[in-house]
Amino acid sequence: MQYLLVLHVSESGWGQLTPEQQQQGTAAYMAYGEALRKAGAFLGSNRLKPSSNSTTVRIANGKTQVLDGPYADTKEQVGGYYLIDVADLDAAISWASRCPAAGHGVVEVRPVWQMQ
Amino acid sequence: MNFAGGDDARKTADAVARRSYGKLVAFLAARTRDVTAAEDALAEAFASALVDWPQNGCPRNPEGWLLTVARRKLIDSVRRRQTGEAASTQLQILAEGLEDAAAQAERDMQIPDKRLALLFACAHPAIEAGIRAPLMLQVVLGLDGETIASAFLVSPAAMRKRLSRAKEKIQQAGIPFAIPEREELPHRVDTVLDAIYASFAEGWTDASGTDSIRRNLTDEAIFLARLVVELMPQEPEALGLLALMLHAEARRPARRNIAGDYVPLAEQDPQLWTATLIDEAERLLYRASAMQSIGRFQLEAALQSAHAHRRRTGHDNWAEVVQIYDALIAITDSPVVAINRALAIAEVHGPEAAAAALKDIAADDRLSEYQPYWAARAELLSKTGAHDEARQAYEMAIGLERDTTVRAFLQKRQAALK
Repeated sequence: MQYLLVLHVSESGWGQLTPEQQQQGTAAYMAYGEALRKAGAFLGSNRLKPSSNSTTVRIANGKTQVLDGPYADTKEQVGGYYLIDVADLDAAISWASRCPAAGHGVVEVRPVWQMQ
Repeated sequence: MNFAGGDDARKTADAVARRSYGKLVAFLAARTRDVTAAEDALAEAFASALVDWPQNGCPRNPEGWLLTVARRKLIDSVRRRQTGEAASTQLQILAEGLEDAAAQAERDMQIPDKRLALLFACAHPAIEAGIRAPLMLQVVLGLDGETIASAFLVSPAAMRKRLSRAKEKIQQAGIPFAIPEREELPHRVDTVLDAIYASFAEGWTDASGTDSIRRNLTDEAIFLARLVVELMPQEPEALGLLALMLHAEARRPARRNIAGDYVPLAEQDPQLWTATLIDEAERLLYRASAMQSIGRFQLEAALQSAHAHRRRTGHDNWAEVVQIYDALIAITDSPVVAINRALAIAEVHGPEAAAAALKDIAADDRLSEYQPYWAARAELLSKTGAHDEARQAYEMAIGLERDTTVRAFLQKRQAALK
């Protein structure tokens, strides 16, 4: 089954780290991605730019509304994702628990709707 | 499941439902994880059996018969719901997988028992905690939503909705039908044990054993607990749970007199207790205690052990009993435990102290319609001489009781008040 691991993290956290800590953090994510690839579970991943760069769009009463900022203005924002393919939820939870973001944020395990 | 068909066919179907429901569901849902579809197919198979068996006689292997029919119904329903090329591929995989496994099962005259894996799926941490036990009762034991709702004190409509949401989650989120990895196992065991105990308690309410399906629940619960003990011999709480249930089961023959009247523990004849079950329970509890990791079920079993010992030897051990209740309250924070602790306190410190202890928990909203609370309150008040209040408490207890023999017992006690 495919799962999207959605990384919800505090955006201010990164800037408060020392350059060494940032380097360490980046290395941890690199290693995690590598482990996923080696296990044959990796389908895709991206780190997202801060939500201050977000724009939200919706159509209300036939008019397109464009707003600056993310959909939900919360302390933790979606900072990236991993798309993985594993046997079941237990395997997905196991990978989610290894994700560095589980240590400084929250990882949501969301099953992907498989087109049949 | 409960069938309204004719005689022998109905009896056989009842028996197979009790023995094999969870096995069949586990088998049918293993590939797709679609528990609802498996249950629907199985229900249709049982309905067919009630038409077919009275005409053609009960099959030699009723389990296999039901599996064959349910499998066909399941494949039909997938076919009806899905169209297109991808669907037909998926259908083929499903059909072939089920076909092979079923052929094997029918050859061996037995369906592999995957109930434990099903239990772990039902008790998965991704399933809302409050629905795990009801889910097991339905999926593994085949209880209908209404019976489960009344056991768990919620409305049938709400219970049905929550059950179907949980089954949806099992399928959509990909919760595995598997026994967890060793490191995950301890956390996952507790929820399984809780649910097994809940099914035992549900079966236990029918003490006279007139309702065969509910009485069988205690057997099913003991069966499942034995299975867990076998798989995890180093899990003291599983041993504790089994010991607890065996102690209770041992007293079944003494719970009613020849006239069918309810007999409370204090008035039971210990000679009527099943000694082999008590001995087995004691051995299990001893094994558990050697593992030095105390828990709720071991404490509850220790209580049953203490009660049995007191009644058989005449040795007063109420002070120890209160101590065990204190330890139990520290772990569970359960108002039900608090009620029983108050009754034990009455034996050590007198009814006034017990009534005071009961007053502390009276504010708990969960108790206002909880029969044992009112029965305990009535008994303590009658001992303190507050007969008017006792009469009112008995009135509530009688009004809330489902079992006619217990109701009659409470009415007798109420009538004896001055």
